[in-house]
Amino acid sequence: MNAMPQPIQRNETSGTDWDRIAESSEFKDLMSTKKMFIVPAFIFFVVYYFALPALVGYAPGLMSTKVIGNVNLAYLFALSQFFVAWLIAYLYVKAAGGFDKLAKDIIEKAGKGGK
Amino acid sequence: MSTPLVMFLGFIAVTLGITYWASKRSAGSSAYFAAGRQIKGWQNGIAVAGDYMSAASFLGIAGIIAFQGYDGFLFSVGWLVAYLTVLLVVAEPLRNAGKYTMADVLAYRLRPRPVRAMASLSTLVVSTFYMIAQMVGAGALVALLLKSSGITFQTAVIGVGILMIVYVVFGGMLATTWVQIIKAILLMGGTFLLSILVLAHFGFHIGQFFNAIGAVTYHDAKGAVVVKDFLTPGLRYKPPYGPLDLISLGMALIFGTAGLPHILVRFYTVPDAKTARISVVWAMVLIGSFYIMTTFLGFGAATIVGPDFIKTHGGTNMSAPLLAQALAGDVFFAFISAIAFATILAVVAGLTISASTSFAHDFWTNVIHRGVERKPGEEVLVARIAAFVVGAVAISVAILLGPTANVAFLVALAFAVAASANLPVIVLSIFWKRFNTVGAVSGLSVGLLASIGLIMISPSLMAIDPPTVVGTARHLFQRPAIFPLENPGILSIPLGFIGAIVGTFLSSEPSAESKFNELLVRSNTGLGSEKAVAH
Repeated sequence: MNAMPQPIQRNETSGTDWDRIAESSEFKDLMSTKKMFIVPAFIFFVVYYFALPALVGYAPGLMSTKVIGNVNLAYLFALSQFFVAWLIAYLYVKAAGGFDKLAKDIIEKAGKGGK
Repeated sequence: MSTPLVMFLGFIAVTLGITYWASKRSAGSSAYFAAGRQIKGWQNGIAVAGDYMSAASFLGIAGIIAFQGYDGFLFSVGWLVAYLTVLLVVAEPLRNAGKYTMADVLAYRLRPRPVRAMASLSTLVVSTFYMIAQMVGAGALVALLLKSSGITFQTAVIGVGILMIVYVVFGGMLATTWVQIIKAILLMGGTFLLSILVLAHFGFHIGQFFNAIGAVTYHDAKGAVVVKDFLTPGLRYKPPYGPLDLISLGMALIFGTAGLPHILVRFYTVPDAKTARISVVWAMVLIGSFYIMTTFLGFGAATIVGPDFIKTHGGTNMSAPLLAQALAGDVFFAFISAIAFATILAVVAGLTISASTSFAHDFWTNVIHRGVERKPGEEVLVARIAAFVVGAVAISVAILLGPTANVAFLVALAFAVAASANLPVIVLSIFWKRFNTVGAVSGLSVGLLASIGLIMISPSLMAIDPPTVVGTARHLFQRPAIFPLENPGILSIPLGFIGAIVGTFLSSEPSAESKFNELLVRSNTGLGSEKAVAH
């Protein structure tokens, strides 16, 4: 903590027992709930994204296949990336509402017993 | 006075007014560095978009698509998808556990002085390199757009440089934020109008538009007429190394965006992690919509204006303004030019504030003075001086290099350093208990050196130029490249991680491990996080 002239300083957390919170079942519950969404979502988007340069780079013939009029597979796959990214972001925000609730309980409990 | 100049001056007047307004509200570190953490989620989302979408993406992408078709559109995809890493991995923990810079999160459980010194160095490298690329581009562009008003490259660089210094020195983060918001709105509006005009040109038959893309006609280097389907991949990234370069570029974008200091500092301007999350989503909506519309900008320029005409009227970067001129005349050309100018200013202002914040907060206060501000306001004063120095250096280097300098690689370098040095240590410090100071310092060093080293021996700096290429436009080393890829990410990112992991195992730091739980709880719950300043 440094001596900065700010109207409001960092919350008073000097008495907080971080280890006790970290070991609590509520916190472990929060972490596993988060991981259950974030890890698969991350892996999915990374695989889906890198499939694009890989396919375009190594299978340009296949990706040049025309689908509708002159629109080819390469363009449609690239365009789909935008909508998939938006969809993942939307699902994450929905899931994160649940994380917020769990985190709020942990903060409230820490406020009562932590200091 | 020419129409473009009038529009440029209009934008300058509005932004200086904002800077004056913000200067009254920038007293104190939190107000100056983080706009008092009072920026609303949607506002910050628009500002992130304004901070991120550079002239390289507005003018550069339109140009690459206009000349190399589909491969250029792949940049557009990566630039949006990268925000999923920001959203899922970085934004919220950073907002919860940090204060003004990315180094705050590292300093929590590691020894603050060595990690802050290295993180600050890395921030300065990323920000100044990126800035020099923007400044050289800005000077060349503004000179071209305002040729009729007699503005030269030097005048343009000095003008852009002085404006960014004024925004940051006097208006701090608050002024920077609003410059970015206005720029983003202008950019989205201009791009939307341009897209509608392109569609109107084809009678709103999207099929006809794509048919035209299927047969873009131009003359090749030998003067022969070429008709090409610009939707076909491979016009830019050719075998044998093209596909690998494409993947390497993707890695730098996907993992680098979440390590760009000027983007990360934006998340400290909002009240809490939930608002940071909302702002990433707003940014993704804007950034995604913009990059989808590069379809109309780029392919529109290819089909309506044509590569031949663009080549003889200012080159690739003029594709979007020339498209505007072809579709709606000189006033619209001036409007799109002014948007390009606003785009550059908002980005360089963001870079300046992130560099000066890191210097003042990480290096001056925490490394030199061990975390103590000797008198109130010192940190902000140092940041203001640093902003001035960074700006002056960027102006001088840009002028020395000149308008034709070979600087495009600096953007690739900035992303590579962010992905290879910054991201690994941020992620490992949040998620890996065993991680320690030696690991952080070695990860940052290896990532930084690997990125710079590989770019030095890449085709960006090593190539044999024909004698017609002169001065700073020539490649630095006149010999065949040793490393075949323009983007080092595919090698430098793993090296950054290996550096961090090996360094960690070479030493033991019980205090870093014992404070892991604190950082874990803080970053995941927001307990004890920095609060908004009440006015």
